[in-house]
Formats: sequence, C-alpha cells, structure tokens
Amino acid sequence: MSEKFEPIIIGFTCNWCSYRAADLAGTARVKYPPNIRLIRLMCSGRVDPTFILKALSEGADAVLITGCHPGECHYIEQNYKTMRRVKLLQRTLAQMGIEPERVKLVWASAAQGVMLAQEITKMVEEVRALGPLNWPGRMREATIIGEHPAVEEVVA
Amino acid sequence: MSQDTHAEDKERIGVYVCHCGSNISATVDVEDVAVWSKDALGEDGVVVSRDYKFMCSSLGQELIERDIQEQGLTRVVVAACSPHLHEQTFRGACNRAGLNGYLCEMVSIREQVSWVHTDKVAATAKAKAMVAGGVERVIKNEPLEPLHVPIHEHTLVVGGGIAGIQAALEIADSGNKVYLVEREASIGGHMAQFDKTFPTLDCAACILTPKMVTAGNHPNIELLTWSEVERVDGYVGNFTVTIKQKPRYVDTDLCTGCGICWEKCPKKVVDEVFEAGLGYRTAVYTPFAQAVPKYPVIDPDTCTYFLRGKCRACEKLCPTDAIDFSQTVTYKTVTVGNIILATGFDTFDARRIPQYGYGRLANVFTSVEFERMCNAAGPTNGDIVMRDGVSKPESVAIVHCVGSRDRNYNNHCSVICCMSSLKFAHLVKERTGARVYNFYIDMRTAYKDYDEFYQRLLEEGNLFIRGRVAEITDAARLPGEEGKLIVQAEDTLVGKQRRVPVDMVVLAVGLEPRHDAAEVAHKFGISCSSNGWFIEKHPKLDPVATMTEGIYVAGAAQGPKDIPSSVAQGSAAAARVLSRINKGEIELEPVRATVDAQKCSGCRICNDLCPFGAIIFHEDLMVTEINHALCQGCGTCVAACPAGAISGSGFSNEQVMSQIEGLLAFSLPNNLIELVPA
Ligand code: FES
Repeated sequence: MSEKFEPIIIGFTCNWCSYRAADLAGTARVKYPPNIRLIRLMCSGRVDPTFILKALSEGADAVLITGCHPGECHYIEQNYKTMRRVKLLQRTLAQMGIEPERVKLVWASAAQGVMLAQEITKMVEEVRALGPLNWPGRMREATIIGEHPAVEEVVA
Repeated sequence: MSQDTHAEDKERIGVYVCHCGSNISATVDVEDVAVWSKDALGEDGVVVSRDYKFMCSSLGQELIERDIQEQGLTRVVVAACSPHLHEQTFRGACNRAGLNGYLCEMVSIREQVSWVHTDKVAATAKAKAMVAGGVERVIKNEPLEPLHVPIHEHTLVVGGGIAGIQAALEIADSGNKVYLVEREASIGGHMAQFDKTFPTLDCAACILTPKMVTAGNHPNIELLTWSEVERVDGYVGNFTVTIKQKPRYVDTDLCTGCGICWEKCPKKVVDEVFEAGLGYRTAVYTPFAQAVPKYPVIDPDTCTYFLRGKCRACEKLCPTDAIDFSQTVTYKTVTVGNIILATGFDTFDARRIPQYGYGRLANVFTSVEFERMCNAAGPTNGDIVMRDGVSKPESVAIVHCVGSRDRNYNNHCSVICCMSSLKFAHLVKERTGARVYNFYIDMRTAYKDYDEFYQRLLEEGNLFIRGRVAEITDAARLPGEEGKLIVQAEDTLVGKQRRVPVDMVVLAVGLEPRHDAAEVAHKFGISCSSNGWFIEKHPKLDPVATMTEGIYVAGAAQGPKDIPSSVAQGSAAAARVLSRINKGEIELEPVRATVDAQKCSGCRICNDLCPFGAIIFHEDLMVTEINHALCQGCGTCVAACPAGAISGSGFSNEQVMSQIEGLLAFSLPNNLIELVPA
C-alpha cells in the first residue's frame, strides 16, 4: 500500500447556491485539499442515484452532494427530494457492505464558501480514515467468482 | 444537428488552458496541462491544445475562433475561471466562428484549483483530471438554441427610498409602467428624515421632495404605499406578484389631504419611525408634511376608536367624508416582467452596546435622532438642544463606527458615518458654537469632494481623537466632570487614555441589513451574503443584477451606500430593466427536460415531482409530457425516471456519466495500482 492514501471524491453541486459557494471559496482563496472534483448540475435534485453509483464504481472513494439549504432551492423544494434519495441510497449502500458515510449531503448557501471548504476538508479526512473503497477491484473479484463453474450452474 | 457530425466520426476537440495572468499559472503548470491534454486525450479527439495568458481577452478568443475555422473543431473545452464568469464569453466566440456555443464546456481551474490549493503537483494533476472530465463531457454535448422568453413591459420596484424612486422615475420616463411598492405611508425613505446632505450641505428635502412629487404624479407610476409584497410567482419576463395593501381607513378617492383630521385627532403618540422617538404624531397621520401620497393613514394600534370603540373625531370632522373605518386588507395582483428591490437598510440599535449608555443616559443620542433634531421641520425646529428640549450643549462628542467595524456586532464599514459625523460636527459648530470632539477609528472620506469637506472641518477647529470609545458614563471622577457625560477612549495617536467631559454625545450608528432581509430575499428567490446584504450577480461587473433572472437590486439593500451611489445604482438597475423591455424578449439557457414518449412507461413517478406544474400526464396515451414553457430545468424528474425516458438538455445523463468517467480515468492508477489484488 502507498505511504498515504489519498482519496478521490466526486462532488455534485447545484448551479445556484453550492457552486457559487465553491466559487466564493476560490475568490476568497480559502484552502481545501485537492482530493475533490466537482460536477455542476442545475439543482441537487438532478443528482440521479446512478450518478453516485457510477462515480463509486469508476474509482471514487466517496461522493459529496451539495445543494441549497432546505427552503432555499432555486426550484422551490427539489432539495427535499435529494435528501430522501440520498438517505435511501445510503441505506442500500450499507446493505451492500459499503459504508454509508461515503455518500454525504451538505447544504451550502452562496455565501458559505468557507463552510463548504471546511466540509470538504472534513470529508477528505473522514474518507482517508475509512480507507479506499476499491470498488473496481472488488468488482474484478466479483467477476472472478462469477466465472466459477458452480455459479454458472446455479445461473443456468 | 447543425454541425455535420456523424456519430461514428470522432469529434475534433480543442482544449484551451488559461494562465489568467498568474492567477492560475502560479499554482497549476498550465503548459504541462495543455501538452498533456493533447497527448493523453488525443484518443478521445483532442486535436489542438493551447495555453494562453488571458483566454478571455479578444486575442484569446480569436485563437479559439481561428482554430475552429482552420482546424475544423467540433468541440471546445476552456480550462479557466468559473463558468459563471465567462461561459457566455466563450460560447460567443464559438458562435462567431460558426460552432454552436453549447458545444463548448468550461472547466473551472481557477476557483476550484489554483485559488484553493497550494501544492503545484497535486493542483496540476487535479486540473488534468478536470480537463479530462470536460473533454469526455463535451463529446456528449448537443448543439442547443437559447430559449426566447417575451418580457412583460411593466416593472415592479420594491421600496420607495431614493434608490427606488430614482429607478421608478427612469423607467416611467421612458414610457413604461412601474408599480412602486412602499411599506410605509409615504415614499421618501431615510433621506426624507435628513436635514442636510454631505458634502454640499444642500437641504435633503429640497432635492428629494421634487422627485417624490414627480413620482407621485407620474402617469406611468402606480404608487402602492402602506403595502407589502406578499407573494411572487413566475419567472423573468412574466412574474405574478401579489401585493398586500393594508387598510388606510381613509378613502383616497375622497381625501384631499387637507389635514383637518390630524390636526383634530386627540390621540398623540411618540413617533418611533419617522421622528426616531424624538417627536409626536397623532393616530391619524402622514409621516411628514411633504408626504407622497398626501393621504393620511389611521394607525389601528394607537387609534382610540380601535382601542376603545369610540371617538371617531376624524370621521365627524372630515369635510369630504373620506374616513372609512370599514376598510380591510386588500390584495392586488400585478404582472410584471422585471423587479427591482430597493428595500434599504435598518440602523444599528445603539442599546446593544450598553457601555455607551444609550437609553440610560439622557443626553446620548443616535445619529438618526440627531438628524431629526437638525431638521428645520423636525421636533425641535432645527434647534440642537439637550434632552430637556431647551438647554444648548457647550460641548458635543460624536462617536464614529457605532456597531460597525466591530467584531462583536458588524464587521462591515457602514460607509456613510464618517461623512455624516462630519456633517453633524459642522452643524453643531454652526448652530451652537459648541466644542466638538470626533472619536474615530479611521477617517474614510473617499469620493468626490468628501475629503475637501474633511479638510474644511479641520480648519473650522473641530477636534478629532483617533480611538474607539470604550465607555460613556456619568460617573464623575475628576474635577470638571461633575454633571457631564464622560467619554473615555484611548487616543491611539498619542498613546494615552483620555476622559473627555461633554454635554451631549451623538452615536453614529451603523447601517444594517433590514431585519427581514432574509425573508424578502427568499420571497424573491435571491440570496443574502453572510452579513445579510442582498448578493449581486457579480461584485464588480454586475452590481445590480442578481443570480435570479429578472430581479435587480439597488441602494443600500445591497450594501451600505451614500445617496449618490444609491441614486446611481437605482438608475443602473433601471437601465438594465429598460434594455430588457426594449429588446422585448430574453434569451434563456435551453436547459429543459423532455420525455421520450416511446420510452415512457406511464408509471407516473415523475408526475408529483414538479413544483412548477410542468409535467402533464396524458391519460389516453398513458404517457407523460413536459411543458417547456413551465419547465425550469432543475432535472429532478430526469433523475427520477426509472425508464430513462426523460432527458435533460445541457445536463444529460450521457454528459454527466462521461464527465464522471473523465474525472476519474486518470486518477485511478495512482489510487489503485497497489491495491488491486493481482
Ligand atoms: S437549486 Fe440548489 S438545491 Fe436546488
């Protein structure tokens, strides 16, 4: 294993509040670790759970979803739907043996650049403590099992 | 598709990496990113990659345009600042070169990389990953055309202070209708309370009232005073606004504003609003003599009839029978294309600093009280007197920055207090001949003719002590302090403590966001900064627009401001609205959801998700359809469709999935090489 595990986190931001918070963190030169890569969507409600699974399965160690504070969504109430989806997905992940903390939801208003940077920093630390997810590796193992003759029998 | 790109043909992609002077290049090895893009992403279709000092400059844009034309690029990725800043710029460049602007993606390697990271190696690696994400995504972009939305030519201005009045007049003068909504009984705002304005010392009423009258009489302005916005629906171009009109209990069709009612009203109460508690008004009143409109209101909280069920003196005496106690709250619904918020500021409550003694020590005044006191039409007819109403002060201390530039209260500078304190000092000296001490932290007299005013004050012999006041007390310790207010401060220029006995203290209270600013912001779908002011779209380049299309801000609601700046911003907001009205329509991002009827299974999962009612279900066909006029493009239904039948333009599943792949493609080896079991 390498000296220090550097997690990769994919972050989804909504165009109106949290992406602006990220912009603000930049303009204010607030520092946070480079482990996060952001994707801009119009609203946190656009975060399809399959996006999260896709990110995890492509090698991300965790996924951060950010949106406007409840009651402040640019589209009125869509972040409530996000909240429900994330909860459900976390439960599903737990059943699959994946720590639900690998998926995190954070509300950040356009003024909370510093807070967002702190949340990112905190999450990087948390995921570092969790260790790598290694989903692609696990998938490979799973495929190896899948090729086992006994499994094929059952499937057939 | 406007480009003849065939699915099987590979896209020809150009990657442009900006140095942003040294803003990016100091932390990201931009040359390396550019070279790497072509090498590592050549497979995916990157045929050109360049780095340039300022991509957004006209030369930078020409670089892109030339490549599109000469190299036949079909996709463009610009790695630079936030798309909120320059997405339009680069889309424009593409359009000029004949490439649909939506085939350009921006990657924010300034706000999200160089400005927030310090390690150059890690930052460069992240920038590469982000470019890869952008490249993968842009391949899946589709050419789009902006949506055209018609603009309703009526405008709503909220707040009838000087900024709102200015904005309303500019728009109305151009021949377009304005609804001007004001919470109080008259327009005029804070400026109507003042006597003189700095630095010219011209009388506030003399310059404000003509504007108020013009606004009141303007055929294109519908004044809605004693009213508040209750609800806002709709979007830019077509807002439906519900305005709550409180009952005046005066029929404005009959009232002539003769004033008999308020002359005869037997109930006198302290006027906490306009007179800042220094003067009285009656229960039926206009806030001040030059009020616009001239009709009074009856305050049900103090009116004897409302409290005890009898009196009705005003009703009996009104010569035109205009008093109407049966009035109730009414609601008015208007349709407007644009909205300007000019809701102003509150002043800092000096009681929050107990050691300054306001409210406890009689002769400590706030600057608002002092403004009223100086005003010739105010409670003392312009006499500067102590709380007893007769004695003239022989010495006055003016304390700057009360509640401003103070971590305990507000970090911000309230901008106007230095100058208004200087104005007070001048007026005190002129009218009473008293000694004036100014306690300041720094003198902030920027802007035209302001510092000259400061120089003049110095020559007039006013005293300036640089130091924040620690305490104001009436506990005399030294000879000469008996019966005085003692202002204790450290004189930081001399480096010693001073105790200055004076007769009167004026606290220059700071400006604060309105107590309900957050609520108002929420109502109009905009945001407040962490210290509570409305956030403009861009602090420098777009100071009157907000992130919500069709909503503009003007005046101190956006941050502390003096009168000239408020007026300028009011005009600026009006100009923005007028350019919209003139054009008649606005181009909006074509981000909309569409249902593929072939794929829709009619499960109706999406049907309840839309807060805009854009999703309609066709019972006969058992499929869902989305009304593009109502859809706002949030994408919640897209994310929910189990059949993948809904696609969201601009943010399609394919685009996002590919971006995820790109973002992760090049970080995988490092991360996993040692971890994947052989
Ligand atoms: S727009 Fe930010 S969460 Fe919906």
